[in-house]
Amino acid sequence: MRRLLVLGAGTAGTMAVNKLRPRLPESEWEITIVEQSATHYYQPGYLFLPFGIYQPKQIVKPTAHFIPKGVTLVTGEIDVVKPEDNTVVLADGTALEYDYLVIATGTTPRPEETPGMAGDEWRKSVHEFYSFDGAMALTEKLKSWDSGRLVIHVTEMPIKCPVAPLEFTFLADSFFKKKGVRDKVEITYVTPLPGAFTKPVSAKALGGMLEDRGIALESDFLIERVDTEKKAIVSFDEREIPFDLLVTIPLNMGADYVSKSGLGDELNYVPVDRETFLSKAHDNIFAVGDASDIPTSKAGSVAHFAMDLFPENFVRYVDGKAMTEKFDGHANCFIESGAGRGMLLDFNYETEPLTGTFPYPVVGPMRLLKETRLNHFSKLAFRWVYWHVLLRGRHLPISSHMSMAGKVPAQDS
Amino acid sequence: MPVTTLLDREIHVDDEGFLTVYDEWDEALGAELANQIGIEMTDEHWSLIRFLREDFKEKGETATTRRVQAVGGVPTKRQFELFPKKPAKKMAYIAGLPKPHGCV
Repeated sequence: MRRLLVLGAGTAGTMAVNKLRPRLPESEWEITIVEQSATHYYQPGYLFLPFGIYQPKQIVKPTAHFIPKGVTLVTGEIDVVKPEDNTVVLADGTALEYDYLVIATGTTPRPEETPGMAGDEWRKSVHEFYSFDGAMALTEKLKSWDSGRLVIHVTEMPIKCPVAPLEFTFLADSFFKKKGVRDKVEITYVTPLPGAFTKPVSAKALGGMLEDRGIALESDFLIERVDTEKKAIVSFDEREIPFDLLVTIPLNMGADYVSKSGLGDELNYVPVDRETFLSKAHDNIFAVGDASDIPTSKAGSVAHFAMDLFPENFVRYVDGKAMTEKFDGHANCFIESGAGRGMLLDFNYETEPLTGTFPYPVVGPMRLLKETRLNHFSKLAFRWVYWHVLLRGRHLPISSHMSMAGKVPAQDS
Repeated sequence: MPVTTLLDREIHVDDEGFLTVYDEWDEALGAELANQIGIEMTDEHWSLIRFLREDFKEKGETATTRRVQAVGGVPTKRQFELFPKKPAKKMAYIAGLPKPHGCV
């Protein structure tokens, strides 16, 4: 028997076992997946919880629900990978041997990495929405908070779902307008990037959207610490931004066992070949989804497009053949812009997000880089697609490779 | 790709003036690039630039401020003191490396 071991049953890991089980004969292959959480969270939903757009029950389901027959689910915390012994050891001492290992344990927010962030004001005036508990705490806070300085802040790139902080900002603007208190709330968006977003074309469009909404933009801000007495964030070049409510995106890092096992870079991401996800250090280890160091967005859409290629490659690879499918870094994201509208970005390693249309089957075409109601409803509809189609490894008729059909090359500068 | 002349040499650069050919750089050129952006180079500056050059050769990517702190051993605060305001960008510029990835 050959043994495939997958670490992490999030978006990428769950899709991997669903797609690989039918491709690897049960008489030849054992597949095991390790996950510490009994609950699978629909993470894009965290953004909507604080504004009451989603209720918690809409975004949680049992992990086991999505693991197919013929795959063993082990619930436990990973302590260390021993690549030289082809073994993974869990916190309770269980040792799991593998022939091939797929690391899919993602990335998580680490407020304790920034001095003062996880201190006295944590979940009082300092909040985050990148975890279920954090989003729930912020939901409570926003029920009563209705005036003062709201600062939305990104600690350092890369972060999971890089547009989410901007979406939060747009939704907050909309939320306070609806409450009739927008004039009592001063909103500032603070980023380590030179502009509103990572890609110049969309940075321009999104920057304009901040301005239209009366939201101040503070760029090139690399945080040194949170001053909890003054209630201000302080940058390395000694700028101070005071807040009454800070919604921060803490530093994002891969799992600690990755670095403990000597498999990670300085942020615990596994260095891999960006086209095939094969580890640069070990020829029987892959890293997929947010856990790898590929230079594209850490996002479910990327995991999804990657998972259209990875299973074929894996099956070829374990047969001793060359991996012929090459990932191009394709990502797309719906961006909520508030008041029931949304926009769509589509890009890859090499190509900037472009304007024009995206040829989505059935409901499309969608307008790219433009705010429309259809984009908003598609984002909401995606939750259903995620639970019922995507995680189960069913085919979604969108090409994993980026297409230029319908797109208008943008004027960059 | 634009070509510029520095120290009587033809140098390939991108739109923002970052060198695009690793081997066109040497320390004389680094000193000239530092001069252009008003950085007075000390031994401490040079050791950082050399770290960036070596790290790039190994990794194929320009080190971020976090990597310079974690692997190069120079705290971010110190990087800001040595290369004020935008250390990542300035270090890459002087070291003749691409701007660190606008991480997506």
